[in-house]
Amino acid sequence: MIKALIIDDEPLARSIVLEYLATYPEISVLEECGNGFEGLKAIATHHPDLIFLDIQMPKITGFEMLELVDNPPGIIFTTAYDEFALKAFEAQAVDYLLKPFSKERFDKALQKWLNSDKNKAQLATQTLIDNNPHRQSEEQSRVVVKNGSNIKIIPVHDILYIEAYDDYVKIFTKDSYHLKKKTLSHFEEVLPVADFLRVHRSYLVQLKQITRIEPMEKNSHIAVLSNKTQIPLSRTGYLKLKEVLGL
Amino acid sequence: MQSFLAKYPILTVNLAWWLFWILAQTIVLHRFGWSWEVSLTDATISNGLLAIAAGVTENIYRFYQPGSKNRLYRFLWGVVLTWLSIQGIQFLLAHMFASNIEYLTFLEKSVPVRYMFALLMIAFVTVTSWLYFYIREQQADKSRKDDAEKLLRDAELSNLRQQLQPHFLFNSLNSISALAGSKPEQARKMIQQLSDFLRGTLKKDEQQLVSLADELEHLQLYLDIEKVRFGHRLNTEVSCGEEAGQMKIPTLLLQPLLENAIKFGLYDTTEEVSIRVVAEAKPGMLHITIQNPFDAETSRPKQGTGFGLNSVKRRLSLLYARNDLLNISQKETIFTSTLTIPQTSD
Repeated sequence: MIKALIIDDEPLARSIVLEYLATYPEISVLEECGNGFEGLKAIATHHPDLIFLDIQMPKITGFEMLELVDNPPGIIFTTAYDEFALKAFEAQAVDYLLKPFSKERFDKALQKWLNSDKNKAQLATQTLIDNNPHRQSEEQSRVVVKNGSNIKIIPVHDILYIEAYDDYVKIFTKDSYHLKKKTLSHFEEVLPVADFLRVHRSYLVQLKQITRIEPMEKNSHIAVLSNKTQIPLSRTGYLKLKEVLGL
Repeated sequence: MQSFLAKYPILTVNLAWWLFWILAQTIVLHRFGWSWEVSLTDATISNGLLAIAAGVTENIYRFYQPGSKNRLYRFLWGVVLTWLSIQGIQFLLAHMFASNIEYLTFLEKSVPVRYMFALLMIAFVTVTSWLYFYIREQQADKSRKDDAEKLLRDAELSNLRQQLQPHFLFNSLNSISALAGSKPEQARKMIQQLSDFLRGTLKKDEQQLVSLADELEHLQLYLDIEKVRFGHRLNTEVSCGEEAGQMKIPTLLLQPLLENAIKFGLYDTTEEVSIRVVAEAKPGMLHITIQNPFDAETSRPKQGTGFGLNSVKRRLSLLYARNDLLNISQKETIFTSTLTIPQTSD
């Protein structure tokens, strides 16, 4: 049996997927979810093999939801209109359904997934998520993180700095930090270039949070942030920072 | 004659003007005791030369508008022209009546008066032609500017209208597709609503004023469609008194605000969403308040300056030349847009 989830904020959009699935007795829909939060819970509970996933949903998008899923299952994206997502789908050869879609088109997508090499499909999905397609449309304005079952949306301007931490990064805000399974280079790439600077191999700092730069022993320097945190600066980091701040 | 006047208005006016002065001068000279022949010749030559000088001046101003800094040149030009014409007049008349000693004496004596007259004429022509061409250029300038502005405005307005929301459209079609299988009657009804709504959006002229009641009727279609899409999650509450309903509002002005409210209401929270629209009639003003819930913690910082609100602001400033007609505020979890539409009594 194939375990499936339908995640879409419109009840009728879910019902049509359900209706089309009636001809596939081997696929059983374990739950229908109206948003990404419910979706994450359902994924944790059911460990589905396949998800029909809408992109534009309340609070967090389908992509942001997937960022919080370790080893995402098979995904068939359903979307009404999202030119940036479509480009990304094409680039990664990930299948998607454009609403409204016919039964024939639905069958084709499903057959393709059923016959596909699941590992390869997963890799493509993972690549897609890593390059969140919406980033091409606008600079990232928020980061979605998960603490246990608690999902938090951090506006980018609230980030003080990000520290590399093994396979993860620690995203520091005024009063806490959040772990996310991403690399520091990833954030260096997706956060607004004008606002964030890699000042050290392990640190990415939001420039407007820096209150001053102080010398340390042996020609090295540190940056002091608005909450008094001291961030070590590498030699090149110090030079870059001086240049950016016009010192 | 009529067509000649219509075709060459300036030339006609000039001809009439100078004929009048020739006639006047002839009569004056005749009354001083000169024969008709002498009087007419003197008047014709004097005014003929002045007319040439004036014509030159006019044509200069037709193609060249001296700035205010060149007033001195204008003055000097007038003086030089006057002097030249008087010299010409004296020369010609003296030759024509070389044997008439009495006339030559008169000519000599009358030079100061002729100077005065010529100076006044040239000055008059200078001022009037300068004014005439100046005003004409200003008018041409203005109409050019108006045209450009109108073009820009039209383009802008039609551009704004082009922002038909594909997301809304395709999702609605998807809902219809879902209903077509299970509830064909409802599918048909939704097709009807969607068609009426789209038709209403397309056929409206952006400049047009409609009654609020009509506009709300149009928007009710939109709200009904959204309610089918989002089911029980979306509640709407529209309140509008009879007096407010009669008041006028530019077409399609409310729609982007309502779209905004629904978008942020539905995409910013996961709970049920209530959208409130309240219209009130105030003396000479129509007040409309639109409220939607939002999440202060997670809502994107850019919200509130989104396309919807900007387009409404732009339209209001184009239509009413005011920037204070749309106000937005956020209080706890409620986002409020307040719209004021001045009512003109016509």
